[in-house]
Amino acid sequence: MLSNSNSLLMQKVSFSYFNGLVLRDIDLTVADGEMVGLIGPNGCGKTTLLKLACGVLSPVRGEISLGGISLKKLPRKQVARHVAVVPQYFNIPFAFTVAEVVLLGRTPFVSAISGETRRDHEMSALALGLAGINHLKNRYFNDLSGGERQKVILAMALAQEPRLLLLDEPTTHLDISHQLEVLEVVKSLNRQQGVTIIAAMHDLNLASLFFDRLVLLKEGTIVADGSPREVLTESSIQDVFSASVKVSQHPVTSAPHIVVLPREVPTNNHLAS
Amino acid sequence: MKRRNRAAVVLVSLALALIGGVLLACALGAVSIPPLDIIKMTLNKIHFSDFQATWQPASETIIFQIRLIRVVAAALVGAALATAGVLFQGLLRNPMADPYITGTSAGAALGATIAMMLPLGLAFSGLGVIPVAAFCGALVTILLVYNLARVGSKTPIVSMLLAGFVVSSMLSAIMSLLIMTDSELQLKLHSIFSFLAGSISVQYWSQIAVIAPLVIGGIIISLFFSFHLNAFSLGEEQAAYLGINVEREKLLILALGSLLTACAVSLSGLVGFVGLVMPHAVRLALGPDHRLLIPASALAGATFLVIADTLARTLIAPTELPVGIITALIGAPFFIYLLRRTRREYAF
Repeated sequence: MLSNSNSLLMQKVSFSYFNGLVLRDIDLTVADGEMVGLIGPNGCGKTTLLKLACGVLSPVRGEISLGGISLKKLPRKQVARHVAVVPQYFNIPFAFTVAEVVLLGRTPFVSAISGETRRDHEMSALALGLAGINHLKNRYFNDLSGGERQKVILAMALAQEPRLLLLDEPTTHLDISHQLEVLEVVKSLNRQQGVTIIAAMHDLNLASLFFDRLVLLKEGTIVADGSPREVLTESSIQDVFSASVKVSQHPVTSAPHIVVLPREVPTNNHLAS
Repeated sequence: MKRRNRAAVVLVSLALALIGGVLLACALGAVSIPPLDIIKMTLNKIHFSDFQATWQPASETIIFQIRLIRVVAAALVGAALATAGVLFQGLLRNPMADPYITGTSAGAALGATIAMMLPLGLAFSGLGVIPVAAFCGALVTILLVYNLARVGSKTPIVSMLLAGFVVSSMLSAIMSLLIMTDSELQLKLHSIFSFLAGSISVQYWSQIAVIAPLVIGGIIISLFFSFHLNAFSLGEEQAAYLGINVEREKLLILALGSLLTACAVSLSGLVGFVGLVMPHAVRLALGPDHRLLIPASALAGATFLVIADTLARTLIAPTELPVGIITALIGAPFFIYLLRRTRREYAF
């Protein structure tokens, strides 16, 4: 049985699909209440790492534990009562309403024989409110815009009452206002309810603004781990993304702010002038 | 709660429709018997009441020894196929999935064909040799398909569909080969055709006694999977995130759907369209929530097949049509109507 502690510990974790290692000797500890962003180029292993953390994939080598208990020993249902995942995208071939989708977040709590309880309905109503989509609850999921769908998926994960929330690029494909809304919900969850957050992030500037700790991955290994200021340096980004950038300061929050430099312009001359 | 009330109203209405359909089906035929008499003789039969018999004794024989067997069989077949259709469509997230995708149809057909080659008079304690052979053929096929589709500890849906298709094709070919080369079978082409087109051919209550518990039990067990089937609608990966043991439940649901289908083919041969259309019709009318969809589809499928079978044996009596022809003739236009009317899910 899991306690309320949900610290995630990965020791020497390696994983491969059919061809070649995707993750290599990952050592990562995430304590209760942390808010961690995973960054790195496409294919560096961010999504795989999240899937390992929630136990739907098992490591080839190494050990992953949740609250001190090895994930291998925890039944899926137990894990799902503590860990929720917001995937990048899913589609539903049938016309489910938003309320019906969010209620599915209660799956790990619902008994096959007696069905859902009053508490399940209360928790999914609460999740709709937290995600700010009460007004959408009777709409069909498939009729919604990408930004609205992402909030529904987030609400479904919140209905799971997670102590650890894993998000896979929650803001990709969203417009600026939806990006901010989603991240603000996640942040307030972290700050007010102490939910541990691990999110794969594409947008380095958003990652810098919203996360306390960033983990930079390159080809399946962790190359930097620390505060945004420590991780988001010109040299580390040059090394990992093979892109020339200038790191400045966010004008308001003074978080690191990354400006991409175009490749065509000879970089040295440009900087010199 | 509102949702519960609505579900109760829907299910009670469908159950009443099924009872009405059964009465009507028993009443119609070469000799028509008033529905009220049927109710009275049934109540007498179960020692619930003691009405004066105002009907011919022969009527009672017609109802209990001929018509009711057939009507109950039709209801079981319809319920089993519609439920299997819901299970497969929900699990595979494919609205075009029907109960026969796991190869049960070809397996049952081959089993029945082989049974027809055997010397007559071989009966398994009143079950009939063809139904037993069809049932076994279907089960053997399912096992074969599952084992072919397994990759390590997983059964990917795509390999499941491919294995089902390949095994079906192979078994159909063997069946054709048998029919072409066996002179005995060529005399029975009409029976084979009736089986393939789907005809309810049940002679003994003992057949019902074996199949009914399987079908009813199968539907009840399906209900326990209904909430998880909703989660499966979001995809296997999401179902795993929600704490479902995906591989295990997928196998259980596939086995359950295949068993229901095998039960149906043993009573009726290959009745098409019920397993495809009924889940759609119910889903378009009531929404995709499997907690309501499964029982409602079972009842609607049962009613539909009872009515279709009644038409099959009365339309051009005394000649009987295969019920599969009726289900397709009614089912296809009904399906088109539903798709045109409700644009909730599809553009057509």
